[in-house]
Amino acid sequence: MKKIEHLEMVDISKSFHGILANDRVCLSIRSGEILGLLGENGAGKTTLMNILYGLYQPDAGEIRINGRTVNIRSPLESIQLGIGMVHQHFMLIQNHSALENIALGYKQTPLFFPQKQINESILRFSEKFNFAVDPHKKIWQLSAGEQQRIEIIKALFNGADLLILDEPTSVLTPQEIKDLFAILKKMTSEGHLVILISHKLDEIMALCDRVTVLSKGRVVGHAETNDVDKKRLARMMVGRDVIFNIEKEEMPRDKEVLTVEHLSVTGDKGYAMVRDISFRVYQNEIFGIAGVSGNGQRELVEAITGLRKSDAGTIRINGKDITNASPRTVYDRGISHVPEERIKFGIAPGLFLYENAILKQHHLHKYSRHKFMAAKKIKKHASRLVTAFQVMTPSIQVQTKNLSGGNIQKLILGREISESPALLVASHPTYGLDVGATEYLRKQLLRRRSAGGAVLLVSEDLEEIFELCDRIAVIFQGEFMGILDAHDSRLADIGMMMAGSTRLDSRC
Amino acid sequence: MLRIKVTDRIRVTPKISLLTLLISLMAGMVTIGLIFLISGVSPVFAFYKIFSGSFGSLYGIKETITKAIPLILIGGGLAIAFRAKFWNIGAESQLLMGAIFGTWVGLSWGSALPAYVIVPLMFLAGFVGGALWGVIPAILKIKYAINEVISTLMMNYICAEFMTFLIVGPWKGKSKFGFPYTDDLPDSAILGLIPGSRIHYVTLLLAIVSAILLAIIIYKTRFGYEVRVIGENPEAGRYAGINFFRTTLIIMAISGGVAGLAGVGEAAGIHHYLSYPASISSGYGYTAIIVAWLAKLNPIYVIVSGLFFAGILVGGDAIQISLGLPAATVEIFNGTLLVFLIMGDFFLKHKVSIAGSRATS
Amino acid sequence: MEDIIISVAQRTLIAGTPLLLGTIGEVICERSGILNLGVEGVMAVGAVTAFIVTFYTNSPWLGLYAAVLAGMTISLVHAFASITLQSNQVVSGLALTMLGLGISGLVGKPYVGKPLEVKMHAFPIPVLADIPFAGPIFFNQSPFFYMAILLAVAAWFTLEYTRIGIKIRSTGENPMATEAQGVHVSLIRYACVLAGGAFSGMAGAHLSVSYSKSWIEGMTAGRGWIVIALTIFALWNPLRAMIGAFLFGGIFVLQYLLQPLGISPNFLAMLPYVATLMVLLIIGLGDRRKLNAPAMLAEPYKRGER
Repeated sequence: MKKIEHLEMVDISKSFHGILANDRVCLSIRSGEILGLLGENGAGKTTLMNILYGLYQPDAGEIRINGRTVNIRSPLESIQLGIGMVHQHFMLIQNHSALENIALGYKQTPLFFPQKQINESILRFSEKFNFAVDPHKKIWQLSAGEQQRIEIIKALFNGADLLILDEPTSVLTPQEIKDLFAILKKMTSEGHLVILISHKLDEIMALCDRVTVLSKGRVVGHAETNDVDKKRLARMMVGRDVIFNIEKEEMPRDKEVLTVEHLSVTGDKGYAMVRDISFRVYQNEIFGIAGVSGNGQRELVEAITGLRKSDAGTIRINGKDITNASPRTVYDRGISHVPEERIKFGIAPGLFLYENAILKQHHLHKYSRHKFMAAKKIKKHASRLVTAFQVMTPSIQVQTKNLSGGNIQKLILGREISESPALLVASHPTYGLDVGATEYLRKQLLRRRSAGGAVLLVSEDLEEIFELCDRIAVIFQGEFMGILDAHDSRLADIGMMMAGSTRLDSRC
Repeated sequence: MLRIKVTDRIRVTPKISLLTLLISLMAGMVTIGLIFLISGVSPVFAFYKIFSGSFGSLYGIKETITKAIPLILIGGGLAIAFRAKFWNIGAESQLLMGAIFGTWVGLSWGSALPAYVIVPLMFLAGFVGGALWGVIPAILKIKYAINEVISTLMMNYICAEFMTFLIVGPWKGKSKFGFPYTDDLPDSAILGLIPGSRIHYVTLLLAIVSAILLAIIIYKTRFGYEVRVIGENPEAGRYAGINFFRTTLIIMAISGGVAGLAGVGEAAGIHHYLSYPASISSGYGYTAIIVAWLAKLNPIYVIVSGLFFAGILVGGDAIQISLGLPAATVEIFNGTLLVFLIMGDFFLKHKVSIAGSRATS
Repeated sequence: MEDIIISVAQRTLIAGTPLLLGTIGEVICERSGILNLGVEGVMAVGAVTAFIVTFYTNSPWLGLYAAVLAGMTISLVHAFASITLQSNQVVSGLALTMLGLGISGLVGKPYVGKPLEVKMHAFPIPVLADIPFAGPIFFNQSPFFYMAILLAVAAWFTLEYTRIGIKIRSTGENPMATEAQGVHVSLIRYACVLAGGAFSGMAGAHLSVSYSKSWIEGMTAGRGWIVIALTIFALWNPLRAMIGAFLFGGIFVLQYLLQPLGISPNFLAMLPYVATLMVLLIIGLGDRRKLNAPAMLAEPYKRGER
């Protein structure tokens, strides 16, 4: 007798720092079903599942199991109720063996010699569900697919009836994906429930019985996968019909500023995040890279800005080779960078505003002559920046961390634009900002474009991409699914490209 | 059900900062008083004795200044090292290395050279000695990822044993009747004192100058800027193109060097010969950690906090004599104040409130 | 000659006993992810507590229990600061050292120069103590020694082969993943810090009621810092700690004995510290994973939202 026959989430709402991550979300799943949870990043999928798993508490709404309302205050409670979760970033202890990782949470782990008992149970499990796993190997020795299997076993051992998988195939090889699907089918045939979080249409269509689509924190639709076609799902996910909304002046595009050829970059987990990407960015253009986070954009940007070594390929700025150059060299050659995580990389939070105003430029002669910082010049520059970029602050002497997110971003943007770089790389520049700040920042990017600069814009916000970019590339699993002109009507399929379903001929 | 809610504090004004500091110090003092009370010592009497012993008489003030000299020097060096988030626990041995190098210079050439030559040479040698000893853990951290807390701690003991080896072996004084001391430094190598006190004014001057210089370096130079960025946010440092290796090496060279200066001061100004490590360094290297922490890692404030803790040390001596309390009593001050400072830091970063229960429906 | 060897061996084991006890505690503490630099202070508190209680009750065993309790109590300060307040563990540990040394000095002052009437005597194990050569060395030791050995083995076994051991080690490696498995990270860390305090208190008790039968200020003589080095040298493994403790202990016993042979006692005394650095260096050069250091040692863990 399963613990969970029917689970519902009713009107779940949750906000962080004033931003609504989940807005009255409803969801329902029954025994034997695989439910897909589809949406872009920031749509609220992971937040919703973290609430279900007990890591977060909802601000409003209820969770019902078999009709009864339950209160899940911690992972311990959700585990007891029969909910298990396999996170996108595996929660495994790298230095321990699979045995020890599983034994950690398993209720029936014997007090003494847990390894031996669990070993037998694991072997029995793997036979039942038909996957192979060596329980004694340390986690860091295992492939991503094997680690994921450990995560699944962990959840099953803890008595999970409902298994939540967060973007499970992002780290798997095609064969491993096939194996995973087989395991999941077997599980549901035994009465388990599976919620699959994904932004990949093909997967959802192939594996799930039903799908719930989230966009910007709200449910925008439910569907049976048999009844719906991919295009409709893609449009639901992206949340809009693609409107061609370009009011930009035409600018001549003949000078090549950034040249990227056959670039491949390895990510932190040890496998390639950028696979053989080539493209060019020209003067007077905004080149956009659209795509769901985690498909290689971060590594691509880090390689271009000197923060990460690339494995193969070349990067040239105005003809000069900067492949694997240091961040300072890259800056001096004319590439500025507005980083994705502004507090983590873009500023030194405890320092004063005017000190952060020259973070990247402090080595320049005008700001530090003979080893001393030219305080007056720096302060004047900071004041100019603050005025020009409308940074709301009582003074330039405040600690930077006391500014609001939007103002910090304006400061960073102003700083990076201030030296008129040949190429400005902006990574998710308006993420988490209010409407006013967002609009202001976008205007500044357009200004940069008309003033003779080039902009490489990485964003998940399609509205932003369409509003600003001259050309758009869609990245999926480290490759460009297509590089299209902003006027190209094929952009209507951008949702499909982002979800990996379509690949178009590119125009480099 | 009541729940204690802890949220991040967003704005920290100088007023809140100062208030927290004062409350922490007061709470610490009250706790110390309680400890005294439980141990059968009248807290009022004890406090009175401590503060009158250190600041209440001319003699006391002079002693306080004397003890403040090494604390200010080392405290300043630690303030800048901690700003780079390099936890230099090894100032105790950097001081000793300075004393060793300085004494070597003094003993070797002191009798042949006039004071105005030998004294600067000794200080120079002392700086070099301390700097070398400070740079080694920096290299170990950068090249081999060895945690600096452990390496500097180990270096403290290695140095202490090395110094003991020197004073009972090759450097044993011929004029010392078999005691484990080196010979006296020649007259020209002995630092002059302000008459009527034990204040070796050259080192005092160095301490003040060092505090000012370090403040200038940290706040006004490009190097200091880079140090502060790295300490605040190492990722931002990388993003800004700052060279970690070079910056860490220079910081530790300076931090160790000024501790070395303090070592020369103690050897040539107070003791005039080298003896057991503990009597030369007297725990200054550890006390200076709190001095720097209390001064919020600002080299100028270190002057004030250095005097404050010197006062506690002197008071500790006074209380040892008058109340028969052990010298370690001072450690209670240091430890308790540090604990309350830590707790105060917590309140600076977080807002604590008590929330009523919430229905999750 | 044989007598000298037996004597040296006996004294080595005695010297290593407090080191081993302290190290077992610090290993447990660090394995859960908390760095406790306050061992020296806790040992001092343990020593003075054991002394005073034994002084009045004439029972060294009561003294031992009291020392364990006292060690745990004072470690609570560090636990609270490091776990609940998430402050800098280096500074908090140093504060604990100062507090411990200061309080023990203050409280113990009246007892300086007053030796105990009873102390924890050596307890010869019947039959085994009569084995020639090995007997007097291993089986005619203070109960502290036997306990230390048993506890070391028990600690090793617990860490490696029990469920609670897996929990402790996981907490030190990856507190977030551990919490996600429904384990209460803070509780485990508190328990481990207190366990460390208990062991350090016991180590201190050994000094004042077994090794000697008096109390003087500064009795711990830096042993607490050696424990911290030992923890690393032993690569966070209680069994290796046994070897390390007696190795380091042996160095201190041999220090002055080898002097006539021209070996400087000071360079010998340096060895434990140099050895610890060497161990770190060698491992640092190779595969850092084999270092066995708890991955999240000394990193504060904030429960809840990422």
